Amino acid sequence: MFDLPLLTILTFAPLVGVLAILIIRHDDPKVVVTNARNVALFVTTGVFVLSLIFWFGFDKTTADFQFVEQVPWMEDFGIEYHMGVDGISVLFVLLTTLLTPICILASWNSIQERVKEYMISFLILETFMIGMFCALDLFLFYIFFEAVLIPMFIIIGIWGGARRVYAAFKMFLYTLLGSVLMLVAMLTMYYHAGTTNVVELMGYSFPIETQKWLWLAFFASFAIKVPMWPVHTWLPDAHVEAPTAGSVILAGVLLKFGGYGLLRFSLPMMPEASVYFTPLVFSLSAIAVIYTSLVALAQEDMKKLIAYSSVAHMGFVTIGVFTFNTQGIEGAIYQMLSHGVVSAALFLIVGVVYDRIHTREIDAYGGLVSRMPNYAIVFMFFAMASVGLPGTGGFVGEVLVLVGVFKVNTWVAALASLGVILGAAYTLYLYRRIIFGELTKENLMKIKDMSRREMLIFAPLLIITLWMGIYPSSFLDFMHVSVAHLIDQMETSLAASGSLNVAGR
Amino acid sequence: MIETILVFLPLAGSLIAGVMVLATVGADKEFKHKMDLASQIVTCGMMLMTAVLAVVIFVDVGLNGNARTTELFTWIASGSFELSWALKVDSLTSVMMIVVCVVSAMVHVYSIGYMHHDPSVPRFMCYLSLFTFMMLMLITADNLVQMFFGWEGVGLASYLLIGFWYKKPTANAAAIKAFVVNRVGDFGFALGIFATFLLFDTVHLDTIFDAVPGKQDAVLNVFGIDFHALTIICLLLFVGAMGKSAQLGLHTWLPDAMEGPTPVSALIHAATMVTAGVFMVARLSPMFEYSDTALMVVTVVGGSTAIFAATIGCVQNDIKRVIAYSTCSQLGYMFFACGVSAYSAGVFHLMTHGFFKALLFLGAGSVIHAMSDEQDMRKMGGIWKMIPVTYALMWIGSLALVGIPPFAGYFSKDIVLEAAYGAHTGVGNYAFIMGLTAALLTAFYSWRLLFMTFHGKPRCDETVLGHVHESPMVMILPLVVLAIGAVGAGYFTYDIMVGESSAVFWGDAIMILPSHPALENAHHVPALVKYAPLIVGTIGIAAAYVMYIARPDVPDKIAARFQGVYQFLLNKWYFDELYDKIFIRPAFALGRALWKGGDGALIDGVGPDGVSSAVRVMARRVSALQTGYLYHYAFAMLIGIAALVSWNMFTKGA
Repeated sequence: MFDLPLLTILTFAPLVGVLAILIIRHDDPKVVVTNARNVALFVTTGVFVLSLIFWFGFDKTTADFQFVEQVPWMEDFGIEYHMGVDGISVLFVLLTTLLTPICILASWNSIQERVKEYMISFLILETFMIGMFCALDLFLFYIFFEAVLIPMFIIIGIWGGARRVYAAFKMFLYTLLGSVLMLVAMLTMYYHAGTTNVVELMGYSFPIETQKWLWLAFFASFAIKVPMWPVHTWLPDAHVEAPTAGSVILAGVLLKFGGYGLLRFSLPMMPEASVYFTPLVFSLSAIAVIYTSLVALAQEDMKKLIAYSSVAHMGFVTIGVFTFNTQGIEGAIYQMLSHGVVSAALFLIVGVVYDRIHTREIDAYGGLVSRMPNYAIVFMFFAMASVGLPGTGGFVGEVLVLVGVFKVNTWVAALASLGVILGAAYTLYLYRRIIFGELTKENLMKIKDMSRREMLIFAPLLIITLWMGIYPSSFLDFMHVSVAHLIDQMETSLAASGSLNVAGR
Repeated sequence: MIETILVFLPLAGSLIAGVMVLATVGADKEFKHKMDLASQIVTCGMMLMTAVLAVVIFVDVGLNGNARTTELFTWIASGSFELSWALKVDSLTSVMMIVVCVVSAMVHVYSIGYMHHDPSVPRFMCYLSLFTFMMLMLITADNLVQMFFGWEGVGLASYLLIGFWYKKPTANAAAIKAFVVNRVGDFGFALGIFATFLLFDTVHLDTIFDAVPGKQDAVLNVFGIDFHALTIICLLLFVGAMGKSAQLGLHTWLPDAMEGPTPVSALIHAATMVTAGVFMVARLSPMFEYSDTALMVVTVVGGSTAIFAATIGCVQNDIKRVIAYSTCSQLGYMFFACGVSAYSAGVFHLMTHGFFKALLFLGAGSVIHAMSDEQDMRKMGGIWKMIPVTYALMWIGSLALVGIPPFAGYFSKDIVLEAAYGAHTGVGNYAFIMGLTAALLTAFYSWRLLFMTFHGKPRCDETVLGHVHESPMVMILPLVVLAIGAVGAGYFTYDIMVGESSAVFWGDAIMILPSHPALENAHHVPALVKYAPLIVGTIGIAAAYVMYIARPDVPDKIAARFQGVYQFLLNKWYFDELYDKIFIRPAFALGRALWKGGDGALIDGVGPDGVSSAVRVMARRVSALQTGYLYHYAFAMLIGIAALVSWNMFTKGA
């Protein structure tokens, strides 16, 4: 069974759906639309089921890449089609395959225009996202990493809100700027090491001065993706204008590209530079946590508030990555996974009322609990997960990151913890303004509670969030060996170069 | 095994009630009524069983000394940061279990009557049981992170219950305030956990306790300063305790929390949750013992809170707020007992207080119920004949609170004060004096409450007065059970808690260094010290009698004479106003400024928007250069050539 090129099958399976949707032909446009939805849901669900092979078949005892496929591609340049997953990437693949069908379901009624094209965009997007996490060749990685932008640009630009074009361009240009620098860095790496093989590059030691330039170039790209302060301003606009499902993918998966990239490239390939630039990352992240939490407090738009809270939460990720210790890095990965689930749920929650009232203004709501008790319960649950209440996934990631960073830098730990207080403040304040109070607004009097379809969307996210909070070992066990290997690798190369010592941290 | 059932019964009850909440969405009246009843039966049934099991465990673990820990399964494991869900039961836990389970069971039963007319009974029962579960997780934790889980969990339940009547804006505000202020405390708690892990490489309590003596001189660098490791850890953890137990500075949420239904105030904001901080300090006695500085801080904070809250309690007019400040003040007593290393005295007072304060709150609830939801004591008075049972029970509660023998508070409060005196330290004496003065005020405000509420002429309107009625049995019976505790809990447990059998009873649960003999000395204090609390208590009661029965015009005159002091106390030392000015407003203003100024003007202005507009302007300028006249281009070319040539010459020449 494992002789099959499973990763390739998984990556390109969504394209089968694209083909299927393309050949849908019918005189009645309604039938076309229904079929397009059904095909998209069927295919993405199938991909999710297929991806469970990696949940059950993954060997948690080795740090080597698994399910590896390696075939020559552009032989003149030594570029290969090289795919594989390890304990760091495998769960992101699963996160992607989980969230995509949820996005399709969430768009069921809210997207009425150009449904075919919308579904096609999402299926293509899924292929690129999975590919991004599996690619083990610089060139291949770059293609997927960049290609993701195209469907996302289209999704925001066509199905977005009023200022969708501004937001789409802002996102595109921001990320493109970073990527161009990354491309230059990749060419430099190829020039130095003579290979584009990620696994080989991890073992290659670049001269320290080169490392610094490479690191900065990669960092430019990843920092924009995370996004880190001060290059985060594209995110709130993109979120506000994106359709619900677009926001879900954006917050759930796309933001994780940055953190993943840092772990896959910056740390193992440029260890000395990573250590050298740690103070920079810590400062930017600590600022991000406090700054964006304060900004979130002042927001009047639900989606913008959650977008800013995402930046704050991702600040924990970058802090965790640069602790270079087990708790910090595992915490960072865990935080990305749980944020992927929880922020996705929060954007879906906004989507539920947006579909009904068509505004994101917080002041337009109030007292919804009287008409929408189920909605209030679900919202409360994910609000608590977002503030990192113990027992939910958010807590485990945050506490591990903080434990990790406290060993390294108590100031950063304290500042990040301050963000946790502010997090409670803005989240509960948001919840109160939307859910609690008297229901007085005329247009809310007849608002309906969540439908069965909507409940079905939240059920898996809710279960996973609790699962991640109560028995995190199911997920952490995937990471242990790979993270230990990453730290070993870093320490070895740091020791070899005789530079800063991180051992014992 | 028993403890596993005990801890998870309330969770089961909560989940079942939760399902009933979902089932009643959009259901008809009759079905809702059935569900109300069902949820009450289920949760109360579970809680009564839990209370019985708590007694069983108290006998087994507390009296027979079978302390043990049951590991359930791994919670978090990352590198050496490893911990499990576990149930640790020892004497300290078993005492807490009695308080939590018995009071919780009584409050559950009482709520059947009190919440009778409420439209969302299952939701209320669900939250109450959830709270109980979280509290049990807190007290059975065998590591700091699980304690933190329970800690935040009870905070969640508290938030949900304070904001239970979600249509009231004040309730919503109070709920958020409670959660956020507690988070401030938890900030310290969390940093304390991280520091503990850094020092001990574990968060497992027993492992830490074994390692403490070896680390008593260790140094930890926090925020760039070298601290005595155990001191900084204990202080950080204590910040958490201050938040949860509403100590001076972080107390502002507790009075506001009275927005919640009264049974909640009794259970969470008097008897159990707010005592979690005291429990934490007692649980961590092996750590606190090695830091005299930390103990000193605990003592001073406790003593100061005791007096501070008591002064405010003397002038409040809302019956629940008086009791809330009283709680705050009594928690101060428990803390300074711990601060002078008399942990067992602190826990003893925690237990007796749990009974009589829950009694007082539920009694106040019974009064409020009788007065058609009136809470202002200025609109009560003269109703004692109409609700005699409640009146009698309130007397019992007050006698216990003030510490009149043979009621429970007499034993516990006396030993606390004697221990403070017996510490023979500067802070010990400070706490003793503060505690003694607070005892005077306690007696005063307790009887002020009794007199204003029950005596004098009725000050309510006719319709309310006409409706005044004694509460139903389902509310009275729990009060009677608590009253039994308020009467007997002190006398019957004195020996094992702080008396001769106490060393055997506590075993390893509480550790006291021989150099901290306050509790030992407490048994040999001068007679004057021994009787002082009783004397000041009597004076306080007498003063209240004079001011509210004999000469009812006096209070107003005093208030008018000392307007400044009166306003200062009435406005609760202006803490809320201060925090609003220095924290809340600036946070919102800063958020707005960073959003509009930082993100909008600066980052976007200089970054993407600035660049794009610059490109646009440049493009326009460049296109303006294309004039079409030949001589313009020729001129430009000439200038270019000249520049090139001169640059060439200069570089060559140099």
